[in-house]
Amino acid sequence: MTTNGAVEQSFYEQVLEATPDGERLRLCLQCGDCSGICPFGYLMVHPPSRMIAHLRADRFDKVLSNDTVWMCVSCYACTAVCPSQIPLTPGLMARTKEELILAGNVPAELQSALENSQRYGNPLGESPRKRADWATGITPEVKILGKVRKEVDVLWFVGDYSSYHPRVQQVSKALARVLNALGVDFGILGPEESSDGDSQRLAGERGLFEMLAEKNGLAFGKYAFKEIITTDPHAYNAIKNEYPGLDISYPVRHYTEYLAERIDQLKPLLKKEVKAKVAYHDPCYLGRANGIYEQPRTILQAIPGIELVEMAHNYKNSLCCGGGGGGMWLDGFQWEKAHVRLSEWRVSEALAAGAEILAVACPYESPRFEDAAKTVPGAGQIIVRDIAELLSQAMGN
Amino acid sequence: MNIIILVKLVPDLVEELAIDSSGNKLDTAWLRMIINEFDDHAIEQGILLKERHGAVVTVVAPDLEGVDDVLFTAAAKGADKLIKIKGDFAGTNNHAMARAFSAIVKELQPDLVLTGVQANNDLDGSLGPLMAGCLEMPYVGYISGVTLGDGKSKIRKEYPGGLIAEMDVSLPAVLGIQAAEQPPRYVAVSKVRQMMKTSTIEERTAPDLDMAGGPTISRMFQPEAAQHATMITGNPEEVATKLVAIFKELGVL
Amino acid sequence: MNQDIYVVIEHLRGQVAEISYVMLAGGRELAKGFGGSVAAVLLGNKAQGLAANPSPTSGKYLAADKVLYMDHPALSDFTSDAYQKALAELIARDQPRAVIFGSTSIGTDLASTLSIKLNLPMVSSCSSFSADGKFTSQICGGKIMAEGELPGPTALITMVPGGYKTEQGQNSRAPALTQVEISSVEPVRVTLAGYIEPESGDVDIAKEKVLVSVGRGIQNQDNIVLAEELAKALGGVVSGSRPVIDQGWLSTSRLVGKSGKSVKPKIYLALGISGAPEHAEGITTSDTIIAINTDPAAPIFGIAKYGSEIDLFDLIEILTEKVKQSKGG
Repeated sequence: MTTNGAVEQSFYEQVLEATPDGERLRLCLQCGDCSGICPFGYLMVHPPSRMIAHLRADRFDKVLSNDTVWMCVSCYACTAVCPSQIPLTPGLMARTKEELILAGNVPAELQSALENSQRYGNPLGESPRKRADWATGITPEVKILGKVRKEVDVLWFVGDYSSYHPRVQQVSKALARVLNALGVDFGILGPEESSDGDSQRLAGERGLFEMLAEKNGLAFGKYAFKEIITTDPHAYNAIKNEYPGLDISYPVRHYTEYLAERIDQLKPLLKKEVKAKVAYHDPCYLGRANGIYEQPRTILQAIPGIELVEMAHNYKNSLCCGGGGGGMWLDGFQWEKAHVRLSEWRVSEALAAGAEILAVACPYESPRFEDAAKTVPGAGQIIVRDIAELLSQAMGN
Repeated sequence: MNIIILVKLVPDLVEELAIDSSGNKLDTAWLRMIINEFDDHAIEQGILLKERHGAVVTVVAPDLEGVDDVLFTAAAKGADKLIKIKGDFAGTNNHAMARAFSAIVKELQPDLVLTGVQANNDLDGSLGPLMAGCLEMPYVGYISGVTLGDGKSKIRKEYPGGLIAEMDVSLPAVLGIQAAEQPPRYVAVSKVRQMMKTSTIEERTAPDLDMAGGPTISRMFQPEAAQHATMITGNPEEVATKLVAIFKELGVL
Repeated sequence: MNQDIYVVIEHLRGQVAEISYVMLAGGRELAKGFGGSVAAVLLGNKAQGLAANPSPTSGKYLAADKVLYMDHPALSDFTSDAYQKALAELIARDQPRAVIFGSTSIGTDLASTLSIKLNLPMVSSCSSFSADGKFTSQICGGKIMAEGELPGPTALITMVPGGYKTEQGQNSRAPALTQVEISSVEPVRVTLAGYIEPESGDVDIAKEKVLVSVGRGIQNQDNIVLAEELAKALGGVVSGSRPVIDQGWLSTSRLVGKSGKSVKPKIYLALGISGAPEHAEGITTSDTIIAINTDPAAPIFGIAKYGSEIDLFDLIEILTEKVKQSKGG
């Protein structure tokens, strides 16, 4: 693919269309802050600032000719730090990956995840009919809207890993118990739920994202509910920030926002002490991308016995677990290049902060950090728990 | 150079399979039909040959649920013509499909016919060699490499243990693909959607489906495991300990 | 027209393939019911020795009542066109009750085409037969079995292994051999250019006593090193199923299964392998199969002696550690 003025122009136009403020790409100062803060920037032939330099020098074909852009985990660190406020993650990085996919340059693992998302509505390749299997055995029963056909207050958008991954299903069960204990009137879509599509979007599959969003939009449209909550910050980001552009608009909150509002109802139920030093990991899509930092901490501090400690990189500077932007499906690829995993870096930080429990609020994190804890020396004792699991534990479950 | 690719849709094994009330067929209620994995490789091999030699690639598939998507995806990968054959293919067999397709394929005057070497629901042979019989063309299966020359093709045929035979096959011929020279490429959803707007699927009607030559199935059932493994439970520590004990018992440790 | 069961013997580079014995065993079962004899059909060029001499590996002969031998230079190595033409002539002339082919790279090149050419019914993927003329076939990755009556007047059958032991198709005496006329196999449209050996300089997994085998569940190439550590600790090597080899994570010499090797280790430790028939075929001769798979419905649990639903990634490093300890201690 040759880059000439015409292609460069249309690439600019596409970034402009795809993201609000895409025009800001022209304001790049070449300060290099983005490349510096990028956790894998040192492994990219073209980290963000260099990518922009090539774009301007009419040499974008060079960027498309190698595959190191797949090291990007869409963690938003670059976007958060850019003085010109360029939407680097959703604009530049996602669009570049899109060009690579169109040219057929897709690592094999990612290809399977994308094909599975198309065929089964989830990247894991599991049968859509089994999407609500995690909820069997919970009492009171988790309402599946297609069966129950009643208005509910809250539609809980569960998400892919929360529905199918054995480790993360534990988190879903825990939250179901918490919601039941609070007497929340909620339902789930179950087999009618498709992947939110956000990670697929950031991995360069805009078409796939739109297809999945449309399906979810149709499913939402069938039922009556007042608001959506979700355990998955990626789903949260999609439904809040991307779906409205496709005329799918619903009020949505992450479960930590929802529960923080009800902290006075929640506190009396937290009878059992969880005596531990807990480090809270700010997920990229809850924290940096959407500005939610305090609510998860408020909830943790409401649990008797918990002593909150902060890791060196926290709040806006949090370190990505490595799962975003397709990272969950590029593990082998990224390992070959890096021989280090971001999740291991993070677990080391938790250790250094003296944490006994690493608390998380995103479905990618529990499996990733637990795997990392097995390989980081000295981290064998660290326990990884989603906030929902800690709440359930404190309730006596 | 005219390349025809034959595609079958087969049951998706990710979903649970059930036998219908008649007791001798699959229950189609929850059946998801997907492209036969080996036919996907045949498409990839066809497109690779087109890229190398400048051929015209036509993909032919039976009218079953999901076929449009399969054909448009092939177009997005580079197929030039798409043909959907209308007929009652739901309960039919490979013999019927081979006969139904061969009249249409003959008309297209192919130099090369590619199809997957087998499909997971084959009970009466495979589509490829049956087609070769109908078209009176030579057939070679278990192919993992194809190069085209003048009036012939040089192919690589796989035998067990990694042994490969290189053979010359005179054209026109039917080849049963085991694996394309590279894994089937990914094609972006946006490209497929674009094809839905810009490409057309030509529809042809099959003559009546003649299933003669296939077996009559009196009973279909799911096998009960004649035995089941003795399951080892517990946490990783416990399982590992029990396995080491087994290794010792067997004299390996 | 006769009630004999013909078995098309498969041989490659001077060796009779194992499937031939399985087919002979199946053929014997059918012959009981139909009352005819079992004829081994051997095609080749100066290849009588394959029937007349004992197998170098087992010391046994083909368990057939007779051998029908067709000799022609065009038949010296298997090629589909020449073999198909020779067999067409034989089958049309003799009209046996059934002709059994292997469901293999050789057999499947022949059976279906002959079904159309000779207008004879066929049934494929048969694993076993009953003396009263019924077949049992498996489809859909081994998840579905199909039964029926063997069609007539001449049924063309392809067989998969699993229903009979090799020994059931072997004899301690050579069967009588008759050379059969071939009128012509021209024009020959498929010719052999040569063979390409599998990658050498590597281990022969068929000779190993311990195999740590990985399937799709290993997820990526990087994780294979975990299997290698465990294999090393156990004194064995790593092998794999088709998806792993197709991705290029292991060389083809490590492939276990229908298109790879059949293995006979003391222990076959299957990690993240579902056990679909194409793979299962290659491991049934193992002494002990141990399967680790998080899917309780994985077919491999039906052929394994021991199993666990534990996640292989939770197990593998602890297991390697304990194996090392038990050796050191």
